[in-house]
Amino acid sequence: MLKNKAFSRQTRQGRIIKEVREHYLRDDIYCGAPYCKNGCKVSSPCLSDSHFTILVLDTNVVLNQIDLLENQAIDNVVVLSVVLSEVKNKNIAVYNRLRALCSNSLRKFFVFSNENHKDTYVKAMAGESPNDRNDRAIRVAAKWYQDHLGSAVSVLLITNDRENKKKAIEEGISAETVECYVKSLGQPELLDLIVQPPSEDVNMADVEDLRPSKRKVIYNEHKPMSEITSGLLRGLLHQGKLCVNRFNPFEAYVGSESIGDEIIIYGRANMNRAFDGDIVAVELLPPEQWHEEKSLALADEVVLKMAIKHVPSRAETVAWHGTSSRDDEEEDVHLAPNTADDAPRVLNQGQTAPEEMKPSRPTGCVVGIIKRNWHSYCGSLEPMPMPAGDGGRAHALFVSKDRRIPKIRIQTRQLGNLLDKRIIVAVDSWDRLSRYPTGHYVRTIGEIGDRDTETEVVLIENDIDARPFSAQVLACLPPLPWSVSSQDLTNPIRQDLRHLRVCSVDPPGCRDIDDALHCMALSNGNFEVGVHIADVTNFVHPGTPLDDEASQRGTSVYLVERRIDMLPKPLTEDICSLRSDVERLAFSVIWEMTPDAEIISTRYTKSVIKSCAALSYVEAQARMDDRCSHLMFLFTFCLLGSFLVISDSKALSPLKHLEPNSFSSVLEIAKPNPSRYNEAFNKIKLGPSFLALRGGPMVMLEARGVHVAYTKAIKDLYNGAKNRVSRLVDPITSDLRNLNGLAKIMRQRRIDRGALTLASAEVKFQIDTETHDPLDIGMYQIREANQMVEEFMLAANVAVAEKILKHFPVCSLLRRHPSPTKEMLEPLLRTAEAVGLSLDVTSSKALADSLDLAKGDDPYFNKLIRILATRCMTQAVYFCSGDLSPPEYLHYGLASPLYTHFTSPIRRYADVIVHRLLAASLGIYQLPGVFQDRPKLTSISDNLNYRHRNAQMASRASVELHTLIFFRKRPTDTEARIVKIRSNGFIVFVPKYGIEGPVYLTSKGDNGGEWVVDEKQQKIRKLDGSVSYGVLGTVRIHMEVVEPQPNRPKLQLTLV
Amino acid sequence: MEYVNPEGLRLDGRRPMEMRQLRAEIGVVSRADGSASFEMGNTKVIAAVYGPREVQNRSQQMNDQALVRCEYSMANFSTGDRRRKTKGDRTGGGKRTVIPALNCSYLVVQKMEGIQSTNGYWMDKKTYSIGVGFSGRSTEISLVIRQTMEACILTHLMPRSQIDIYVQVLQADGGTRSACINAATLALADAGIPMRDLVTSCSAGYLNSTPLLDLNYLEDSAGGADVTVGILPKLDKVTLLQMDAKLPMDIFENVMQLAVEGCKAVESHIREILLENAQTLVIRQGYGS
Repeated sequence: MLKNKAFSRQTRQGRIIKEVREHYLRDDIYCGAPYCKNGCKVSSPCLSDSHFTILVLDTNVVLNQIDLLENQAIDNVVVLSVVLSEVKNKNIAVYNRLRALCSNSLRKFFVFSNENHKDTYVKAMAGESPNDRNDRAIRVAAKWYQDHLGSAVSVLLITNDRENKKKAIEEGISAETVECYVKSLGQPELLDLIVQPPSEDVNMADVEDLRPSKRKVIYNEHKPMSEITSGLLRGLLHQGKLCVNRFNPFEAYVGSESIGDEIIIYGRANMNRAFDGDIVAVELLPPEQWHEEKSLALADEVVLKMAIKHVPSRAETVAWHGTSSRDDEEEDVHLAPNTADDAPRVLNQGQTAPEEMKPSRPTGCVVGIIKRNWHSYCGSLEPMPMPAGDGGRAHALFVSKDRRIPKIRIQTRQLGNLLDKRIIVAVDSWDRLSRYPTGHYVRTIGEIGDRDTETEVVLIENDIDARPFSAQVLACLPPLPWSVSSQDLTNPIRQDLRHLRVCSVDPPGCRDIDDALHCMALSNGNFEVGVHIADVTNFVHPGTPLDDEASQRGTSVYLVERRIDMLPKPLTEDICSLRSDVERLAFSVIWEMTPDAEIISTRYTKSVIKSCAALSYVEAQARMDDRCSHLMFLFTFCLLGSFLVISDSKALSPLKHLEPNSFSSVLEIAKPNPSRYNEAFNKIKLGPSFLALRGGPMVMLEARGVHVAYTKAIKDLYNGAKNRVSRLVDPITSDLRNLNGLAKIMRQRRIDRGALTLASAEVKFQIDTETHDPLDIGMYQIREANQMVEEFMLAANVAVAEKILKHFPVCSLLRRHPSPTKEMLEPLLRTAEAVGLSLDVTSSKALADSLDLAKGDDPYFNKLIRILATRCMTQAVYFCSGDLSPPEYLHYGLASPLYTHFTSPIRRYADVIVHRLLAASLGIYQLPGVFQDRPKLTSISDNLNYRHRNAQMASRASVELHTLIFFRKRPTDTEARIVKIRSNGFIVFVPKYGIEGPVYLTSKGDNGGEWVVDEKQQKIRKLDGSVSYGVLGTVRIHMEVVEPQPNRPKLQLTLV
Repeated sequence: MEYVNPEGLRLDGRRPMEMRQLRAEIGVVSRADGSASFEMGNTKVIAAVYGPREVQNRSQQMNDQALVRCEYSMANFSTGDRRRKTKGDRTGGGKRTVIPALNCSYLVVQKMEGIQSTNGYWMDKKTYSIGVGFSGRSTEISLVIRQTMEACILTHLMPRSQIDIYVQVLQADGGTRSACINAATLALADAGIPMRDLVTSCSAGYLNSTPLLDLNYLEDSAGGADVTVGILPKLDKVTLLQMDAKLPMDIFENVMQLAVEGCKAVESHIREILLENAQTLVIRQGYGS
């Protein structure tokens, strides 16, 4: 049957045109019920066959109650296509969630295309509004279902629309409101998930009448959309995305294109119910109300930040000014109002009049919200007493972990349960009468303060998918146990490189080894150097569920105590991982290099390799430095082994899996018996598996102390070990030394070209193997071995980037690092100037040189400057080469015109793409179709950037979390460096722990008037001149975990 | 944009392999020697054939075969208010972008010449058409139609004569060139011009990783590949193959196969119409005599 749909549509140019579209009605759309007797043949019935109530939902129910629908309790639902399309038009996020529900085979959600069914299609009647027509369509479909399936099944229409419900009942359809239905299920906790309908729009008079004291209008009304559009057109209003200062929730910025600057918005009243990330319309305030830029005060709630490559947003450099008193009375816990209010005064005292006349920055207020950025938030409830009565229903205030989000009011019936839990809450509405937005409870994560809960919060907040891999994904894995087959070996595209002496160098405990190296002296005096990368694309084929999942995840995420893999574990840790002594498939880049590290030739090939050692950085370093220390290390091993054997000869097997931390306990158990040392020695087979063991000379000393009585035994062991080891490992050691020699030259050359050596304050935790609590924390030490591996990886990446770009100029995936702008380097220059250092930032080369010259009076000075410089840099990003012009491909930090990621395909999806490109450029495989689809490729690279950033944020948050756990029991005094001066204190950086945080010179109640900031010198000093602190100066501080607000512990730094 | 929803329905309610409703009528222009109107959904074209008749321009006369001319036009009202969007994303202006198509269809053409392709179709060397370098869209389509029709008309039977084919689009909703060819076939048949076979045409596209048959305007302007195929169904020959945008080779084969299926469906419809028409004529003649 054919119907024509005619409707009018307005084009972007504003013309109104009539559109006519065909609309085919069908008789082959089935009801989806397995027990249907009317000849509906459905291959896989989508409705439950045991449950005889079918729910039909109304559009508004879906839009508002999606959290409820996602709960397991709601099942056997028919989703009508009219509802789907309406939801799609109104809220794409909800639409996606609904679609996910429909495609989930565990949930019984069936999509019925009522709009295309000949019996349920409804033509709009004259004078009927689209809404009424859709409501009627829903009723007709519900009626059809009831008639179609007969009386054995009850079809229930769920609607919150009174009119719709009434009409439905008149037409003989049973209908219920959401609340009634949920109540009938008898699960009270579900009621929390229901979104309360927004309070009816009350006009002013009503408000006065009802509760004049409480119900007053707090926020200005939002302007209607038409007025906003015309205001934007005429330039009266400005559109932009609202970014709330992460240090101070009462200050926000709107980056506006129309005035080419950021508009500052102070206070909740001016923000007018806008959330962080909302697209808003802003009206500028008259210039006399503009705030000055200069005063720099710390808001109390400066977030304790781990300083890993942090790029400060502009927001952080400007201070907090105080908010309207209205906000203060409610949110006093947040602020240091006095200090902040006085901040401008402090400034005025310290500065001359002309400075006050400086043009201040535009200030505005939000008059309308163009697009909401509401989603769900993690946090906890504000502690409150249990209310009496009211059927267990209580109103509670939810405090988000993200400080930029205001408190959210929710209703709950399980208050007692939730008070000590981390929960997720979604925002529903915010009317102008209430100070806080209204939301509803979504789900509980776990107990507050529990490490697992808090880790999950970190994951949720960074949108990281830590769910186990689905069955479809796991089905794509090769059968286990996997090994290199003869087919792989005979494959002409694959070169057999098993004879090469390949080894890998990674951080200790690394299981996902994706790169290995080899170095061979050639007869002509040159070296053959190879970088071998795990051949992930041999197992991850384009278009498979495995590939889709990996592309979604984008990257593995490394948390302090956990790793969230991009690929399933068998691939990550076994099949792809280039472990020692097993044959593995690899993708190799092989150079011939002169002893001066000049590359003579480069070739790329798929290969089969057999790594003969998987070393840690420490081990590799030890080998390169000195053979003795390496032997000592091995010797430690033998010792330990012997103790084990002596105490229990069966205990040798777990030796391979010893962790450094468990050594002490092993020592304790071992009760040595000198008469059995011979037996012990024989049992210890020296082999490469020993090299994989990790430990340190200090363990050995400890061991020696305990067992000083058995000197002879130890000596014999040592000698035996030395003989065997020296024969066994020498070639690898010399390879490593050759590699290191080449790497040093390459590195120097790179630095001469202008590559920046930047520093970051990465920290490392020692984690207790049993409790997973941090035992120790310290800066991550970078050794020569790290730099050596890094150097070859860089070279491989650059070589691959050149190759793929040559073959695929418009669809290569590259990585670029844009040059920082002058504004971004501004804080660095100011700091440098204050300490009498002149930095040349005209080019990366100039900057690198002047950083080299930056020598202070102490060894850490240079590193500190480098850390500060790192933070001024932009983020490096992936991009599709067709989207930009070649000069923009530049990688600023590496001073390389081209760069990409090739060397870690196990943990980064970008590398997987690059592997495919490289294989295609060698003619091994065809290029998958996706590479011809530029928009798709761009969206993939955007997703990779997003995932990459999130993964970084998550690791930082995880480090932050563990720092808190670590210092909870250990208040510490330590040295810190001042990195930023503020009017009421300064921000310090603790080198030892990589922590950054604020130190206040004034207490909360104090007016702070006795401190004066010298902007030029970056100093803060007491009025009487007795004490002063300058930027980069050293101070001693005390660190302690405090909990000023319940459930929000933070690390407090105070001057000693 | 979702052109095929997870339930397997397209925007207008069809499934991927379904055509729009076909309607055809013969003899709609009484003055012409043969005429027909052809509808594919909301696309409606009319074709009129004059000839074989004396060649108007003597210099064009050919002594061994008939001259086939074709004029394609679009009624001003055919698109309503909407302006035709340019296809593809590379070049602006009113031209149909054929350069990207050239690479691909040319490859196919070469592959098919002389060798039987996997589809089992032979490519007739003389008759494939790729419109390159023509100034206007209508000139290009005129040429496409002329070449396609010329391939099936037994021109050698009518030397020193001329056949004019006029095609006009009354309503445009995607797939106009296919509809034009189908209408022209009917009109030629109505005019009683000797033909090797009926030429039928249909288009297919590839959107949301699904091959779709008979694209309407909305799907056509989505920017995906659009393959228009014309075949001689009885002879199993391809006489027209056009594509804009690019497709990987294996997908292209599927999409083309689908379009060929569509052509066959159109053929059976056209045959029905012709048969019906013949029957009514017989009946009429029976009454008349």
